[in-house]
Amino acid sequence: MTARVGVITFPGSLDDVDAARAVARAGGEPVPLWHGDRDLRGLAAVVLPGGFSYGDYLRCGAIARFSPVMTELIPAARDGLPVLGICNGFQILCEAHLLPGALTRNAGLRFIDRAVRVRIEDTRTVWTGGYSPDEEITLVLKSGEGAYVADAPALARLAAAGQVVARYAGGNPNGSVGDIAGVRNEAGNVVGLMPHPEHAIDALTGPGTGGLGFFSSVLRAMVDG
Amino acid sequence: MSRPRVDTVRAAVASPGQPQPSAELGLTSGEYERIRDLLGRRPTDAELAIYSVMWSEHCSYKSSKVHLRRFAETAPPSPALLAGMGQNAGVVDIGQGYAVTFKIESHNHPSYVEPFQGAATGVGGIVRDILAMGARPVAVLDSLRFGPADAPDTGRVLPGVVAGISFYGNCLGLPNIGGELGFDPCYRGNPLVNALCVGVMRHQDLKLAAARGTGNKVILFGSRTGPDGIGGASVLASATFGGSDGAKRPSVQVGDPFMEKLLVECCLELYAAGLVTGIQDLGAAGVSCATTELAAGGGSGMRVELDAVPLRDPGLGPAEILMSESQERMMAVVEPGHVGQFMQICARWGVLATVIGEVTGTGRLQMTWHGEPVVDIDPGTAADQGPVYHRPVARPAAQDGLVADGPARLARPSAGPQLRATLLSLLASPGLADKSWVTEQYDRHVRGNTVLAMPEDAGVLRIDEQTGLGVALATDGNGRFCLLDPYAGAQLALAEAYRNVATTGAVPLAVTNCLNFGSPEDPGVMWQFSEAVRGLADGCAALGVPVTGGNVSFYNQTDSAAIHPTPVVGVLGVHPDVTRRVPIGLRTEGATVALLGRTGDEFGGSAWAQVAHGHCGGQPPAVDLAAERALAALLTEAAGAGLLDAAHDLSEGGLAIALAECCLAGGRGCQVTVPGDVFTQLFSESAARAVVAVRPGGEAAFAALAAGHGVPVTGLGVVRGDSLVVTGSFDISVDELAAAHRGTLRALFG
Repeated sequence: MTARVGVITFPGSLDDVDAARAVARAGGEPVPLWHGDRDLRGLAAVVLPGGFSYGDYLRCGAIARFSPVMTELIPAARDGLPVLGICNGFQILCEAHLLPGALTRNAGLRFIDRAVRVRIEDTRTVWTGGYSPDEEITLVLKSGEGAYVADAPALARLAAAGQVVARYAGGNPNGSVGDIAGVRNEAGNVVGLMPHPEHAIDALTGPGTGGLGFFSSVLRAMVDG
Repeated sequence: MSRPRVDTVRAAVASPGQPQPSAELGLTSGEYERIRDLLGRRPTDAELAIYSVMWSEHCSYKSSKVHLRRFAETAPPSPALLAGMGQNAGVVDIGQGYAVTFKIESHNHPSYVEPFQGAATGVGGIVRDILAMGARPVAVLDSLRFGPADAPDTGRVLPGVVAGISFYGNCLGLPNIGGELGFDPCYRGNPLVNALCVGVMRHQDLKLAAARGTGNKVILFGSRTGPDGIGGASVLASATFGGSDGAKRPSVQVGDPFMEKLLVECCLELYAAGLVTGIQDLGAAGVSCATTELAAGGGSGMRVELDAVPLRDPGLGPAEILMSESQERMMAVVEPGHVGQFMQICARWGVLATVIGEVTGTGRLQMTWHGEPVVDIDPGTAADQGPVYHRPVARPAAQDGLVADGPARLARPSAGPQLRATLLSLLASPGLADKSWVTEQYDRHVRGNTVLAMPEDAGVLRIDEQTGLGVALATDGNGRFCLLDPYAGAQLALAEAYRNVATTGAVPLAVTNCLNFGSPEDPGVMWQFSEAVRGLADGCAALGVPVTGGNVSFYNQTDSAAIHPTPVVGVLGVHPDVTRRVPIGLRTEGATVALLGRTGDEFGGSAWAQVAHGHCGGQPPAVDLAAERALAALLTEAAGAGLLDAAHDLSEGGLAIALAECCLAGGRGCQVTVPGDVFTQLFSESAARAVVAVRPGGEAAFAALAAGHGVPVTGLGVVRGDSLVVTGSFDISVDELAAAHRGTLRALFG
């Protein structure tokens, strides 16, 4: 049976179609979730896609974090449900305190759409199990508030526990502290990533297929799990 | 506090002599008299508001109409055209049951006054035009022109415009896949900000702006109406900027892309549920335009309660509501039985929707304010029967001198080091330099169907994931060529966009245009305009691609100085299979590099003449539309047959710039030998040319194909190494090309 992976659409979500395409391309069954849903319908994993939820006129992700679906998702994530937040999804997970740190305005204060090299540093998560340690892949970074920040104790904890999932490998594009591109929670089921793996699943429409591993990893983890 | 007294139909009858601010609203005394004649009384304030915006140059095309008729009269027969000029946007059949709608529109004046919001709402407006046709908007392109790159005001306007487009388009979730960025002193104080949107639908989903069915409800949905943009069409878009433009600041609208995103998804769900009988976007002239056009389009009448319009500012009266250009609003005509379901879908998306009236059989557009009639007009008189002017047309006296001052007198480089330096200086000039400072601010990846985007010749989008069906879009314009010869210049813009679409492997199908000119009250400008329209219409006929719609932007001048005539042409092509697209980058070592087309000594209006000598004079390159057609046919067939590794159109800067861009995009060098005079071969801007890299093994098949189409092929050399080598003249490493190309805009704009 194919694993069913939810993709949440908040008002203002934009890369939901892309996340769903990536789930399908990896062999899973994408299931749309609506921000007003109060039921996770037994899904195997959930993706929070990129976009500008609620316009992001306040702090990015600050409103989405209070939507009905998040009141279901937050305890489920704490109980081990695999959750991947991409870009705005990462911002929402930070706002929801499922992940440490925060995303702030890019150094240079401009939106950046660029293919970036990313090194996968933690392959123990359900979302990165298919990569080899320190594997470098090319993903699409496209964000205006993508600079990862956290205070010194939090950074020390992340480093000590190996919770940095990915770092920028070809130069720091946005001023993220420690070149951090993605982090996970302590348990490893919740991952947030600023660059978009769902835009790197096909050389026709993106910079190669390096992002597909996030989606195939979680599907394989479901089967093996 | 008592409500301010509102002018009613009854009051208008009772006080025929009351003075009215018709001149302040941009109406001439003749136009005002005509309104009085049509109504048989003086207009109410609300009616005056409607006529002033609907009869503005921007909405009525009163100065351009007599010329624009040419597009329809000379349009080549095209079975692909499902809806043409006069609709919100043209609709083209691309096969497999899909239709594509696209249109380009200007937001020049608002973008000068307030660059960020002006450019942002330019994107929002064109997206709603496409949405109103029943299509899902799928991509945007922006054609931008500014004053000198190092002028202080360009430092204010350009970053603001780019940030506004980035903010609005990115938040709306539409990939930005192409366009242009140019600089010329003539655009100082008059930037050109033209936005193109393309949308996709199934044939049966086509919607038209018409209010039909007596008793059907008129629903206004989206944002509340505020005081923003009041009089935008009449004040900003239709008059020349003078010394006191600060006073016009409040006329620029403020955009909310999040609301637009909700509106897009909400509309598409409403369409899919079959709940919409007629639909119109609210753009320039807001409620005035939507109600008059819906009522006139349906040949019916409409009754509207203006006090039902949800307001952001409760102090607004009927005239202000009618003129407001608040963004992110749409108007639908809905059968009474569907209103409940309509409201449910709007509520699901958090979109405010309000029944403000209904369709009647009276043939009149009647509006009330708290029960009192304030508007009672024949909607056709406002929407379709505006004034039509035959403006005086006269070839400017300076034209002969301009043409006589050809580029022959300009000193030309000939030795290798001079040619090398010329190439590097052109490559680093702002108009030809790397544009990624701008394009990286745009999301090109969202929705996952972008196959090619900047700096490719055309943006290419996948439409169907299963079959690979896709479209290509390019915009082009060249004000210098048009200044020298507007007829030829318009054709060269058309030919370049047509060629750019074909170099990616697409078959060009249809045209949209944005005609940016100075004041129509200047006979010289009207000569430029009429020549450009004639050239474009004749060109479309010769190339077999119809104009499906577009936009005219007059009054692009500050005080007495008009911009160069700048028709910007957008061409749409279809890709049977986007996996066969051809990029500009050299990818395969050993591929044969060849020049297609004929090169003459043509430097009038060229990038070299401008960059090296600050010169613009003589004749633009000769137009040969038969050669363009043959070249395009060759390029699309060769792409379909998988013979091409790379292809790039030759335009500004000629072969030299094209080869450098091919090297830069692919990260590979090439070694070429050019026949004859090296300078002419490298920098001439002769039209109907492209450079290709033929896949190893495909040479014979390509040569046969080219011979069949009668396209001259000149073998230049091969893809090799990491330098651009012109035998006997110079070589430049790709790294040095990149350093020259990439530094300019970053150094200028930070």
